[in-house]
Amino acid sequence: MIPFDFEYHRPASVREAAVVYRQLEEAGKAPVWYGGGSELISMARVGNMGFGAVIDLKSIPDCRLLDNSGDEVHLGAGLTLDEIRRSEKFPLLGQTAGRIADHTMQCKITLGGNLASTIIYREAALPLLLGDATITTGGEKGIKRYRIRDIFRDRLQLPKREFIVSTSVARQYAEAPYFHIKKTKNEKIDYPLITTTALIANGYLRIAFSGLAAYPVRDEVVEAILNDQSIDFERRAEGAAAALAGILLEDMNGSSAYRRFVLKNTLVSILESIKDAQVPCIR
Amino acid sequence: MSKTGIGVPVIRKEAASKVTGEAKYTADFLEPGTLTAQLVTSTCAHGVIAGIDTSAAAGVPGVRAILTGESCPELCGAILKDRPPLARGKVRYYGEPVALVVAEDAFLAAKAASLIKVSYEPLPVVHGPGQALEPGAPLIHEGLGAYKRIVADVYPEPGTNVCHREKVRKGDVEKGFSECAVILEARFKLPQSDHIAMETRAATASISADGTVFIRTSSQAPFEVRKMLSELYQIDEGKIIVEVPMVGGGFGGKAPVNLEILAYLASRAAGGRPVRLVNTREADMVSSPCRMGLEATLKLGATEDGILKAAEMTFLIDAGGYADIGPRLAKAIAVGCTGPYHIENVSCDSLCVYTNHPYVTSFRGFGHASVTFCIERALDKLARKLRLDPARLRYKNALMPGQTSPTQVKITASNCGNLQACIERVKGLVNWEEGDRLDMGGGKIRAKGIAAFWKTSNSPPDAASGAFISFNKDGSVNLNVGCVEIGPMMKTTAAQILSEALKMDISRIHVNMDVNTRYTPYHWKTVASMTTYMIGRAVLRAAEDVTDQLKSMAAVVMKCAPEDLDIGDERVFLRSDPSVFKSFRDLVHGYHYENGNALYGQMLGRGGFIMTDLNFLDRETGKGKPGPYWTVGAQAVEVIYDTVAHTYRLTKAATVIDAGKVLNPAMAEGLVKGGMCMGLGLGSREHFQYDPAGRVLDTSLRTYKVMHFGQTPEYLVAFVETPFVEGPYGARGLAEHGIVGIPAALGNALSVACGAELDELPLLPEKIWMAKTGGRL
Amino acid sequence: MYTLKEKTVVTLRVNGEDRQALIRPGDILLDTLRDGLGLTGAKPGCLNGDCGACTVLVDGTPIKSCLMLTAEAVGHEITTVEGLSDTPIQRAFIELFAFQCGYCTSGFLMVCHALAGQMQTPPDAVIDEWLESNICRCTSYEEIGKAVRAVLNGEIK
Repeated sequence: MIPFDFEYHRPASVREAAVVYRQLEEAGKAPVWYGGGSELISMARVGNMGFGAVIDLKSIPDCRLLDNSGDEVHLGAGLTLDEIRRSEKFPLLGQTAGRIADHTMQCKITLGGNLASTIIYREAALPLLLGDATITTGGEKGIKRYRIRDIFRDRLQLPKREFIVSTSVARQYAEAPYFHIKKTKNEKIDYPLITTTALIANGYLRIAFSGLAAYPVRDEVVEAILNDQSIDFERRAEGAAAALAGILLEDMNGSSAYRRFVLKNTLVSILESIKDAQVPCIR
Repeated sequence: MSKTGIGVPVIRKEAASKVTGEAKYTADFLEPGTLTAQLVTSTCAHGVIAGIDTSAAAGVPGVRAILTGESCPELCGAILKDRPPLARGKVRYYGEPVALVVAEDAFLAAKAASLIKVSYEPLPVVHGPGQALEPGAPLIHEGLGAYKRIVADVYPEPGTNVCHREKVRKGDVEKGFSECAVILEARFKLPQSDHIAMETRAATASISADGTVFIRTSSQAPFEVRKMLSELYQIDEGKIIVEVPMVGGGFGGKAPVNLEILAYLASRAAGGRPVRLVNTREADMVSSPCRMGLEATLKLGATEDGILKAAEMTFLIDAGGYADIGPRLAKAIAVGCTGPYHIENVSCDSLCVYTNHPYVTSFRGFGHASVTFCIERALDKLARKLRLDPARLRYKNALMPGQTSPTQVKITASNCGNLQACIERVKGLVNWEEGDRLDMGGGKIRAKGIAAFWKTSNSPPDAASGAFISFNKDGSVNLNVGCVEIGPMMKTTAAQILSEALKMDISRIHVNMDVNTRYTPYHWKTVASMTTYMIGRAVLRAAEDVTDQLKSMAAVVMKCAPEDLDIGDERVFLRSDPSVFKSFRDLVHGYHYENGNALYGQMLGRGGFIMTDLNFLDRETGKGKPGPYWTVGAQAVEVIYDTVAHTYRLTKAATVIDAGKVLNPAMAEGLVKGGMCMGLGLGSREHFQYDPAGRVLDTSLRTYKVMHFGQTPEYLVAFVETPFVEGPYGARGLAEHGIVGIPAALGNALSVACGAELDELPLLPEKIWMAKTGGRL
Repeated sequence: MYTLKEKTVVTLRVNGEDRQALIRPGDILLDTLRDGLGLTGAKPGCLNGDCGACTVLVDGTPIKSCLMLTAEAVGHEITTVEGLSDTPIQRAFIELFAFQCGYCTSGFLMVCHALAGQMQTPPDAVIDEWLESNICRCTSYEEIGKAVRAVLNGEIK
């Protein structure tokens, strides 16, 4: 039971969504964009979030885009994590999505909802960061496109009245060899202690993490260390872990020291897998 | 048609209702006009309530009442009256109920509750029982000495945080240790955790014009609810009706009287209108009572050849802010402190200690899973010192007939079963002889751990039960018993026992699934794995009652002596010629002659049962008989451990229990496996964590983790059957037990696997990494 | 655009029938099914999407009804446990002792029913993934696994 009243709007187009957002805002309704809704409902129930209206975006056709016919894979923000996984269009994202929450929740949580989440993990962002994704947004000025690296600073920093319509990743990245390793405290169905995703693009290892810090991380310095062929795996992994040591989380899922231990082991196993040509895909 | 009886896998009576959504639990009864009550709970673990502002909430249309501690001055408790229904003056734990809003519907109640503002002046927080006993520790109950005791045998220590102390003194410990070649000392620390019954606690209350109070509740103890409300509010027991429909899991958490008091107060404040109070999961975890934590120190001594000679132990229960049943947990731990082993010289102090954690109550195993972890981990360490096979150490010291328990009860094969047989059998199930630690290569170790356990009832010495039998005109039977159907199929088990006794088909025995204290015979509580024993005995007496009636009535009608007759298949027949018979249907609603004459009225059977031969324990030595029998068993867990990551996979969990007699094999196996699964959860992931201010961090299932599908091991279950002569058909209680030794067996397996001693739960990979490496990368 | 601004009567398609319910735009589907339509088979267990006791099917897909607004479900086919009648999975749950207290059962049944409806012979990993969405506190899960496998492999039809 959500202890306050709010309105529900389900626009049929990007334009409708933008217009209703403005109207609700002007009427003092404090509207919020609504994807799968799981986070909004659970937060609102316990009083961690308040709003006067929700705008349910997931039936807008542009948000349902699912296409890889050209050079890019386009995935609508209104697709559920389960739909993304089943589409097999971006296997790393599919696998990452398949380890967020549980399967039934994956049938409700949307790609856009996970990316815009207020919870620190936002694991779906990792493959997009690795794939230099383009984020397409909708708003009063119509459709806009951003490079993810330009607007992702700890989280997607979108202008207030814009919402995510879809994401696009070049096929060379979407189809690249990849890794996804999710470590939890002990129970499988849990937030990540550390989720590590990686892909190999043009022989270069790209890597991003969730749960490691208070936000998803992709770090060029860390990638440079891991790709430094002049040193052995162990030292590369240690170097990368040391480079990240300052931002490691210390929370109820694990201490920062333990995260560093897990991180190092994960990095070693990824590097060894590359050597052993066990690419792609190791859990 | 022939009898069904015992020893066969009968399908539960309420099965169809549970796969169709038809089975109704407390919150499923949605009578129009019912108000909703919503709790406001403390955000502070220990603090003075500086103010409660209810003005905004009171302004919400549809709000019928707002209660705070000032509205209910009474104190409640099952053992010691130390707990206000709503906090008064100060709060003693995070999540403590502070206010209650009653409104026309759930939305309005939730909205109003969100508008109540409570302010606190924080007090120093007691984070654990060890700290609670330190000199100068903050006092949680300043008025401890003034609290009313409900029972004679509770011994609070005013001026301290000790709520109760239970002592066992047997033999001469000093002398015992002097005879030992090896002495082992160890400390253990186990966290609080929670029941997580899938149905959260719920209660509805209404008060009719004539003052009759009606409570519908998700409870394991409807008669206790009646008793406590009667006593607290001076209402005749007969004017309180407590009804319990299907209950969605209890695990001990629904044995205490909790929401019923609040629902009653809410209805009273709303002019007697029906009020529904349903716990959110968050409130169910921290506001309502949870599972005890424990800090323990053990010293064990043995001779060179591994004979245990002496034990000295201190157990400190983290009881949280209030006593509830905590003193009885201390008693249960003291009573079972040695595990199912013979130790001549025992000294044990078991303390129930107040802290600023959520308060605790009974939980599946009633303290035994905790004490078993300590004793069984200690035994493994001792075995290593002695260079003895851990299974062999247990086998050698297993309690045997003629020896005595810590509270000096004489052991017999009937009252304690055959532990050695259980140990041997469980070894076979997990292939113990291949060794407890096998290097599989690739950084993987396969390791096994073993643990044995015992458990008795620790019930009141006069716990009682009853059964009514009536008949339908077609000769089928109605059985009415007061146990609550919380899952383990006790209603069907009662019907099975009756089916065996009356030698008739169980499908012709109908049993009430609910309990209503006005028409259901009294049953103490559905707890302590005592239902089969107590209800079973009552059912057997009722069966004997109707059998006697049937025979004497048929003897008149058939013109023979009652002893010439036998019953079966709903007939009373001549022993000498079963083809000569009268059917039940011709007898149970009077016998009708062709000319219209009739004899006898409807046939009613009754059976009452009360525990006998139990007594209170001596305050200084603990001497006394705490339960009618022990259920004993041996368990093992196998893991595959990763030596690099310090993670592990559960591969096998095995249990062998001396059940006396297995009444329903399929259900018995299911119960034991379910218990093992919960035990693996406690062992591997379940715990409450707190912030520095004592606030519980894991208040939802998002972060409090239980076992899920797909992560469970292969389960192996077997039974030994050494009859308990007083039990129904030789059966011992069998319900909670699957959980008891599993955390210990897991701890032993992982300690063997990693080569470090793991003495804290839960066994998270991070903890193993710390124990193994000291935190090195 | 579909809009709900205040308490409104909506039509929901539940178990093959059109049903009317008076809802607030902010009501969750679980509450509407239970309090509005009297379909109490879906259970509140956590109201946080963690336990699965409230699982229903929406257009054949398992959904935790505590985390769906009723408004979202308008225009979709909802199936609750009351909509199952003598299905193989119900029989399997009974015959293989796949429940004790029964409180989580309807949620598990809906997940299993959807799985059996969507896939012929899912690999074990997929069975695990689907069923780990739900919590059972009484059984060891082994019995539930046996029941769903008995249906998937045609032993119980």
